[in-house]
Amino acid sequence: MVAVNVLGEGALVDPSARPPGMQLGRRKRLNLFRWVTFTIFGLFFLLPLIAMIRFSLEGKKPGTFSLTAWAQIGSTPDLVSAIEITLELAVITCAVMLVLLVPTMIWIRLRVQRISQIFEFLCLLPLTIPAIVLVVGLQPIYNQIEHYNVSALQLFWVYVILALPYAYRSLSAGLIAIDATTLSEAARSLGANWATVILRVIVPNMWQAIMNALLLTAALVLGEFTIAEILNDITLQVALFNISRATANAGVLFSTSTAALLFAFVLLLILSYAGRRRRRA
Amino acid sequence: MPFLAYVGVFLLLPTGIVIWDAVKNPAGQFDLASLKLLFNPEVRTFFTGSIELSALSSVVGAVFGAILAYAVASGNPDGVVRRLYLSGSGVLAQFGGVTLAFAFNAAIGPSTGFLFHAGWYYDFPGGIALIYIYFQIPLMVLVFLPAIDGLKIQWREATENLGGSTWHYWRYVGFPLLAPAFIGATLLLFANALSAYATIQAWENQIAYTAPQQIYIAINSEVGLASNEGDIIAVGMMVLVAIIMVGYFRLQRRAARWLR
Repeated sequence: MVAVNVLGEGALVDPSARPPGMQLGRRKRLNLFRWVTFTIFGLFFLLPLIAMIRFSLEGKKPGTFSLTAWAQIGSTPDLVSAIEITLELAVITCAVMLVLLVPTMIWIRLRVQRISQIFEFLCLLPLTIPAIVLVVGLQPIYNQIEHYNVSALQLFWVYVILALPYAYRSLSAGLIAIDATTLSEAARSLGANWATVILRVIVPNMWQAIMNALLLTAALVLGEFTIAEILNDITLQVALFNISRATANAGVLFSTSTAALLFAFVLLLILSYAGRRRRRA
Repeated sequence: MPFLAYVGVFLLLPTGIVIWDAVKNPAGQFDLASLKLLFNPEVRTFFTGSIELSALSSVVGAVFGAILAYAVASGNPDGVVRRLYLSGSGVLAQFGGVTLAFAFNAAIGPSTGFLFHAGWYYDFPGGIALIYIYFQIPLMVLVFLPAIDGLKIQWREATENLGGSTWHYWRYVGFPLLAPAFIGATLLLFANALSAYATIQAWENQIAYTAPQQIYIAINSEVGLASNEGDIIAVGMMVLVAIIMVGYFRLQRRAARWLR
C-alpha cells in the first residue's frame, strides 16, 4: 500500500495522465484536488497498516525492533496448518467454480438464451443472503456431509456459492464482449466438437474475464471468516481470531495479518497485469 | 444440469431450512406466531444497532468513496495508479474481516495505540463505524468507478460550449446523471455493513450489538428467547437485505440508461 500512494502522486506529473482537451486552469485545479485527495486517503488507509507492521516488528522491550514475530509464523503449528488449508481451499474453490460456471454460461449463451434471466438471478442471489444467514441453514447440511469428510477443506462447497456473484459478473462481462455465437458457428462449421469450441475457441477469448473471476474468488476465500468460524473449521482468519482471543496483542497476530494482506494485494496486482498481457497477445 | 443441483443443495436448500425453521413452533407445525419474536424489544435492539451502524458507515463511506473514485477516474485510465488503487480496493473491500480490527487496535486501540490512545475505540457505533468505513470506501470506489467512467468528456465540452461553468456542469449534468448510481451504491454499502460479521466479532465479541452477533450467540447456546431464535433473526435479516438489494438493482438499471 505504500507503493499506491507514492505512485499515485508520481503520476500527476505524467503527461499521459491528463485528460485531453482541458483548459490549463481547470487542469491545475484538478491536479491539486487529486494530490490532496490521494494524500488524505493515503494516510487514512496506510496509518492502520503501518501501525500493524510496527507491532509486528516489536522486540521484547517496548520500542525496540525485532523479527521474532515474523519467525513465529513458521513455528506456530496451528497457524501453519491453517495457512495450508486456506491456500488449498482457494485453489479448490477456484477450480470448482470454473468447472461449474464456465461451461454452463457458454451453453446458456449459445443454446438457451431464454433461461439467462433465471440463471442471472440464481447467480446474484447469494448477494442478498448474508453469510451469517446462509450458515444457519448450512449447519444441518454440513452435519450430513461431515460423515464422509471431516477436514476443513469441506468449506469449498459453500465458498463456491459465496464467490458465485463476483465470478458470474466478471465472466458474463467477458462473454458479452466477444461474439460467442459467430465464433462457435465458425468453429462448428470447420468441424469442431463442443469441447473444442468451449476450450479452444471461447475460453481463450475471455481469458481476462476468467482471470478476474479467479482473483476475486481467491481473495474471497483468503478473507472469509464467518462461515469457517461457525462450522468450526480452522482457516487462516479463524486461527488469527483464536490467537487474538488467547493473547490480545501477540506479535505473531500482526506479522501474519500483514503477510496475508500483502499476499492478497500482490496476488490481485499480478493477476491484473497477467490478464491484460494475455489479452493483447 | 450440475449447476442447478449444486446451487439447489448449497444455496436454495439452506435458505429454505432457515425459513422453515423460523416459521414452525416447538411442536414442528407451521406457525407464523414465532416471527413475533422479531418485535420483541430485546431482539429489536440488535436490529436497531445493525441499522445505525450500517447507515452511518454506508453514508460516510459512500461520500468519501465517491470523492476518491473521482480522483482515481480523472487520471490515466490505463495507468499504474489506477491499477494499484483498484487492486488495493479489492483487497481492503473483500479481504478486511478480522485483520482490520487488529490493524485498528494497533493504530488507535485504547491501551496499545501506536498513533494515539482512543478512549472512544470501543464505543458503539462510533468506534466500530470508523473501522467499517475503512472497508466501505474501497467498496464504493469499486462499484462507483464504472459510473464515473461513463461520464463522457463530450458532455463537459457541450456544457462549456453553451457557456456553462464547472458548477453548471455538476449541477445540471454530472450530478443528476450520477445520482441513481450513487444512491444505488450507497444501498449496496448499507447491505454490506448489515451482513458484516467478522470485523465486529474481532473488535469486541463479549457484547452483541448487531443482529449477526446475536445469531451467533443464539445458535451456539441453548438458552435463548426461543429455540429457533437464530433462524428467526436470520429471516429478519434476509428480508431487510432483500428489500435493500431490490432497490439497488432497480437503481442500477436506471443508472445504466445513460452510462454506457
